[in-house]
Amino acid sequence: MVKVKNVSKQFNGKNVLENVSLSIEKGKITSFIGPNGAGKSTLLSVISRLTKADSGEVLIDGVDINKEKSNVLAKKISILKQSNHINLRLTVKELVGFGRFPYSQGKLTKEDEQFVDEAIKYMELDSIQHKFLDELSGGQKQRAYIAMVIAQDTDYILLDEPLNNLDMKHSVQIMKVLRRLVDELGKTVVIVIHDINFASVYSDNIVALKNGVIVNDGSAKSIINSQILEDIYEMEIPIQEINNQKICVYFA
Amino acid sequence: MKQPKTKLIILFFAAIILIAVFMLIKVTPYNAGYVLPRRAIKIIAIVLTGGCIAYTSMVFQTITNNRILTPSILGLDSLYLFIQTIVIFFFGSKNFTMMNSNVNFLVSVGIMILFSTILYVMFFKRESQNILLLLLVGIILGSFFQSLSSFMQMLIDPNEFLIVQDKMFASFNNINTNILLLSIIIVAGVVIYTLRFSKFFDVMSLGKDQAINLGIDYDRVVKNMLIVVAILVSVATALVGPITFLGLLVVNLAREFMKTYKHTYLIASSILLSIIALVGGLLIVERVFAFSTTISVIINFIGGTYFIYLLLRERKAW
Repeated sequence: MVKVKNVSKQFNGKNVLENVSLSIEKGKITSFIGPNGAGKSTLLSVISRLTKADSGEVLIDGVDINKEKSNVLAKKISILKQSNHINLRLTVKELVGFGRFPYSQGKLTKEDEQFVDEAIKYMELDSIQHKFLDELSGGQKQRAYIAMVIAQDTDYILLDEPLNNLDMKHSVQIMKVLRRLVDELGKTVVIVIHDINFASVYSDNIVALKNGVIVNDGSAKSIINSQILEDIYEMEIPIQEINNQKICVYFA
Repeated sequence: MKQPKTKLIILFFAAIILIAVFMLIKVTPYNAGYVLPRRAIKIIAIVLTGGCIAYTSMVFQTITNNRILTPSILGLDSLYLFIQTIVIFFFGSKNFTMMNSNVNFLVSVGIMILFSTILYVMFFKRESQNILLLLLVGIILGSFFQSLSSFMQMLIDPNEFLIVQDKMFASFNNINTNILLLSIIIVAGVVIYTLRFSKFFDVMSLGKDQAINLGIDYDRVVKNMLIVVAILVSVATALVGPITFLGLLVVNLAREFMKTYKHTYLIASSILLSIIALVGGLLIVERVFAFSTTISVIINFIGGTYFIYLLLRERKAW
């Protein structure tokens, strides 16, 4: 379980996170939702130690992330940020191989190779595994990065807007993979996501942030509620039930 | 030709052949005893300087995640010359630190390390690394050090100016042999110390976030490597003087030639290319131009031409 205790963070004198406390359930998909600038990505960065909190602490399986060795944490928790500009000429397979660094320190063993191959298969990248990243489309690239995170084989996987710039087909494909990671491999997935319908359909829990504070936190079914969403987004969001899924119809 | 290993072997032999030509050209049994030791010292200085410049440029580009930055663009070598000028300006050339090259060298290295620590605190420790700001500050500081140096050089005694001038231009005919031994010891020590970091470089070139995600103690590695860069730039500048273009040139040549992201190959090949460029350049200076030009001119000329070529080719690729 990931526990966030009283975390605060300021950027240039502005409170981005204010006294945030939160528990993330193991073996579930948790979505962070909220308007732009709510502090979702910052919270994800703090949990994954990319950003240091000004105060408060983050515990992963009871261990304070600031007191644990970075290399040990890299086998427990992984993060994928939304913008990944790599100026190296790497093939998909080489990129996925980097995911094994915490285990092999750069020299891939047979076991590492196996993890890499499995991750590639999991993301259906077999046919393009020897292609260079700069030859790929946005969706393929995103899948390659997720394969790298899968190869890292951590209990906790954090993804910052994994659906950014993807079309519906690829978005659904990636959400299905995340679902499988949780259901089949018992991983814990935390995502920052803007599309509340994807959050509604695929996640178990939803954490809603606004102005650096958690305004609501609960099961997906309970958060996808017109009144709650209106408070978060300051707009009317009618909800329809279609095929047993709660869908927000906010387009008009 | 496809394998990086093969390419590395080719570079290695090219370097060996050039060194052999340099050592043996116009050697007769009568002058061998005089010529060979002197040429050997030049070669040792070239290998040290070339190695330092190539290594620091490659490492610096990796930690800044940028293919244009080199330590000299950030003004590290102008700082070294500034330190030399200050010492002569305030204490004169007859004082203890100037008389004893080794003491002078160690003091300068100390100040360089201090400077790179300040650089670290100001730029690398902060959350949002702004590479443009770093570049801007580097260029401003570089010209600041240069202007202040030349201002001081105007004021000092002409005889003392000669001593400063001697340090200002890169020259392999004027190698600071007094510190050669100390340089070898320092470089050897640094190499042994940095070996443990070399496995991190590939991952660090993925960027700060990925490096931390994959379990690298990013801040510690960057801090250590900046200090290593400061030491090695000091060694190179103290031995032969500033060779601005070389680092940028060999590092990019290595990337173009090796076509790999693996730093083991990249670092080794850029060091070899650096040695090839320096020995080749020196041969041209000594044998073709008969000392009528300097190696900096040759290297800047070839480097500049190569970059124009790169620009034109990139333009076509669009």
